[in-house]
Amino acid sequence: MSPDSPIFKTATELSADLTAGKISSVELTRAMIERVETVDEKVHAFLHLDQEDALAQAKASDERRSKGECLSPLDGIPVGLKDVISVKDQPLTAASKILENYRSPYDATVTVKLKEAGAVVAGRLNLDEFAMGSSTENSAYGPTRNPWDLERVPGGSSGGSSAAVAAREVPLSLGSDTGGSIRQPASLCGVVGMKPTYGMVSRYGLAAFASSLDQIGPFSTTVEDAALLLETISGHDPLDSTSFPKDIPSYSGELKNPAQPGVIGLPKEFFGPGMDDEVRAKVDQTIEHYRSLGYQTKEVSLPSTDLSIPVYYVIATAEASSNLARYDGIRYTSRSERAQNAIDVYAKSRGEGFGSEVKRRCLLGAYGLSSGYYDAYYLRAQKARTLIRQDFERVFKEVDAVLTPTAPTPAFKFGEKSEDPISMYLSDIYTISTNLAGLPGISVPCGFTQSGLPVGMQLIGQAFEESKLLNIAHAYDRDHLYGRQAPNL
Amino acid sequence: MEYEAVIGLEVHVQLNTRSKMFTRVGTGFGQPPNTLTDPVVLGLPGALPVMNRDAIEKSIKVGLLLGCKIAEVCKWDRKNYFYPDMPKNYQISQFDQPICEGGEVEIEMPGENPAKMGAHRMVELTRIHLEEDVGKLTHYEQDSLVDYNRAGSPLLEIVSEPDMHSPDEVFAYLTSLRNSLVAAGISACDMEKGQLRCDANISVRPKGTTALGTKVEIKNLNTISGVRNGVEYEIRRQIRAIEEGTEIIQETRRWNPEQKYTTPMRTKEMAHDYRYFPDPDLMPVKIDEAWIDRVAKELPEKPFDKQRRYQEEMNLPYSATSSLCGDHLLCAYFEEATALAKSPTKTANWVVNDLLRELSQANKVDEFAEESNEAITPQSCPVSPQSLAELINLIEDGKLTNNVAKELFPEMFATGKTVSDLIKEKGLDQKSDDGEIEGICADAIANDSDAAEKFRGGKEGAINALKGAVMKATRGQANPKVVDETLRRLLS
Amino acid sequence: MSEDAPMDIDYVANLARIELSDEEKTTYQRQLGDVLKYFEKLQELEVDGVEPTAHAFPRHNVWDKDESKQGFSATEALKNAPQSRQDQVVVPKVIEE
Repeated sequence: MSPDSPIFKTATELSADLTAGKISSVELTRAMIERVETVDEKVHAFLHLDQEDALAQAKASDERRSKGECLSPLDGIPVGLKDVISVKDQPLTAASKILENYRSPYDATVTVKLKEAGAVVAGRLNLDEFAMGSSTENSAYGPTRNPWDLERVPGGSSGGSSAAVAAREVPLSLGSDTGGSIRQPASLCGVVGMKPTYGMVSRYGLAAFASSLDQIGPFSTTVEDAALLLETISGHDPLDSTSFPKDIPSYSGELKNPAQPGVIGLPKEFFGPGMDDEVRAKVDQTIEHYRSLGYQTKEVSLPSTDLSIPVYYVIATAEASSNLARYDGIRYTSRSERAQNAIDVYAKSRGEGFGSEVKRRCLLGAYGLSSGYYDAYYLRAQKARTLIRQDFERVFKEVDAVLTPTAPTPAFKFGEKSEDPISMYLSDIYTISTNLAGLPGISVPCGFTQSGLPVGMQLIGQAFEESKLLNIAHAYDRDHLYGRQAPNL
Repeated sequence: MEYEAVIGLEVHVQLNTRSKMFTRVGTGFGQPPNTLTDPVVLGLPGALPVMNRDAIEKSIKVGLLLGCKIAEVCKWDRKNYFYPDMPKNYQISQFDQPICEGGEVEIEMPGENPAKMGAHRMVELTRIHLEEDVGKLTHYEQDSLVDYNRAGSPLLEIVSEPDMHSPDEVFAYLTSLRNSLVAAGISACDMEKGQLRCDANISVRPKGTTALGTKVEIKNLNTISGVRNGVEYEIRRQIRAIEEGTEIIQETRRWNPEQKYTTPMRTKEMAHDYRYFPDPDLMPVKIDEAWIDRVAKELPEKPFDKQRRYQEEMNLPYSATSSLCGDHLLCAYFEEATALAKSPTKTANWVVNDLLRELSQANKVDEFAEESNEAITPQSCPVSPQSLAELINLIEDGKLTNNVAKELFPEMFATGKTVSDLIKEKGLDQKSDDGEIEGICADAIANDSDAAEKFRGGKEGAINALKGAVMKATRGQANPKVVDETLRRLLS
Repeated sequence: MSEDAPMDIDYVANLARIELSDEEKTTYQRQLGDVLKYFEKLQELEVDGVEPTAHAFPRHNVWDKDESKQGFSATEALKNAPQSRQDQVVVPKVIEE
């Protein structure tokens, strides 16, 4: 593949090329389809790609452009979606067998926004079934492989979305993040991934995992591109009661006026044991770079950090056990052929249709809410969640952002953690508390290990201060652009 | 031994909002199956609920109407259980912070006879909460069919204390509750359409004791008479069981209206672990004083208060008020008519006898129509309150006899013509023209000199023969008062 | 919690309406026991007087006006249904519960 190929360009560059007439959206989309045909056999980031539909959208974009009716900087640029985001008349499997034959009769709000911006909404991207997992090994349709090392996981749950961007199959994609499901795979695949503040991006049309934690966010190769995609999908949505009424500035525009270097907090609880040495070295270099840019760094404390994993799993599984009750073999999910009566339909369809991690979490969630255990688990976890939120509120009185590694290790091998739920759960240790506090977090590539595996650092920002967070992330990213390095495939 | 039943009711009332509780697709009864659905109703992946403000306001209105304490903050909880009529397999409901607590419903027990007012008392309420309705299952031999049109409609659950003791009280409670809710514009409360549904919790204990017996829940009480019969049957069943020494099991039983008995429903031992937790997709509701005050201003007069006012201020007989006050539309009609008519009592009688008869006949005919039309209401019927008042005033002024009026009314109802239209059309103007009457009276005297003589001779009753002749000659259209005066003048 | 009160896997599987093989029951019983043990630090936490967090950024009265909009046709509503008849979803016979 020629290094000049459009697939190696950022969305920002492609937008300029489309405007300058150097390339058409149809050409770009064709290049993308070709790339998927070449590399996805190895990577398996895609669950489905409707080529005809993608090319029709690209053609419509070119026609608009020829009439001078370009809709946005993203007009004509392909964006892949994690297969939990509804697109009218397209499949939505959530990587589960139970939704094998389902086609969504409606568009998610983010899909509407992308279509209104003229983006080519193309491809259904792989994930851990119902977004439950940290490796994309839990997909009923086979795992996605890390484009940097096909023996290793891409992270998860949005592993298809991160791998597709890393493998240059799409310039941009969307994922969802409940406990790190955007940031952790971004880190493991060497791309940028961002979870916005809870309520910034509508969840309408996102197959829910844990409603109070889920948030849709962008994947890209640069922070600049992440800003471009985020500003397109953000904004208040009357169809989502948890969507926050806030005006959305032009994040990409605001990157052009960098803010004065501020204060970066380094939470001591995050830099303890369990962190891989190479990860630590890369994060230390990142901190040094910020210092060289004039940022102050400061050790801070988030004392409730060790609670975050139990709190997260109690809350997330409880909500999930209820959210996933609708997949029952009655109205739109596959029905077990062994079912003799209505009760059978439920137990057998769900027993056959769900994979092991989904079953495990539904059981755990039902247990935590069941009679006699609610106060000990769910209610207690909600109270502990308050303590975690308060930790961050306190810290953000002193700092502009908190910097941590995104994941404790680089990409791990297939099967390494899949038999031990707790060690898998621990791979989200640095990302989970952000979701519990509702805060925005971004993972930015910060180098490679000696064996060539990407490492990511995470910046956590104040609620609804996406612009500031992107600015701080961009200050580092524009000097390194690790995300622009492409793996050999 | 004498026994006392202890009965509490859970009444579900569908609110008459345009759209559903948590999404803006339409509501309605009798639509083709599965035509009132959307992603939220069907519980599709990604669908999210958004509250219906009007449903909350209507619930506040019910709470105020029934004297409940309105919550400052109420929230939404998920009640988790699997059933094919419930798309998400959880119902959004209110568990520990309902919108209303406490309250009471005034009931009237049957009097000695229909003309006598019965005893009144208050039935205490526990709470009222708002939730979403489920779809409708139809059972067939081999399988069942599900229609989700009803799913997601706003449903108010009104829970009474175990404060009733007889089928009559239950009947009185439901009647009173329904009248109040209909009057307040909350719901049509049509049980046939499932807009009002009722479950009863029944236990029995020896009279004079205070401990509660084992509680049995009765479901499928789908008509008002079904409620009365089902409750009556279950009380008898429990008393018989106690007398026979059989244990009463705490269970749910189903009322079979055709066979008229209750049978136990199969219950799983864990059916009640609903795993309630706050719905993370919804924000709580805050209800401030200003909102409550605004709603309070729109409250209608309670039916029993209205009845007392009619009796006290207008001197209406009890029987008329009891017929009127069960129907707020009839009351509205009556009040409009009586403001224009000269006699409140006569107006009430015309409304509860003649108007009601015509309305029920007209609506009965409609049942056989191909398409079910909207029922004709007092307001939509062809006889306006003004027209009825005109009729009553003509009678009061002696310009129309009661008999003729009674004959004309059905025609007014059928054609929409006013009484004056019909009088003109039929040449029924009551003959008050003195000259014409005088001529007819003179003829009558000439034709029946015998009667004239007798009257002159002091036999007062003899004048009636002459009056009869005049009336016959005028085909009943002469004003009797004028005829009487004229005859007396001519005979003196 | 796992030692003195092991999770009743049959009860929980029935609550969640998930049929499990005997092998799955054994595995989940063990794994979830471990997870619950890991969660014990939550039980040790002092939470008296702490308000629970249901929403990260709580608000009130997020609602719509009562206006009805066009929804699905019966065909659209049933497009994904595994079995339908007379514009309704078919389910195997429901045993009254």
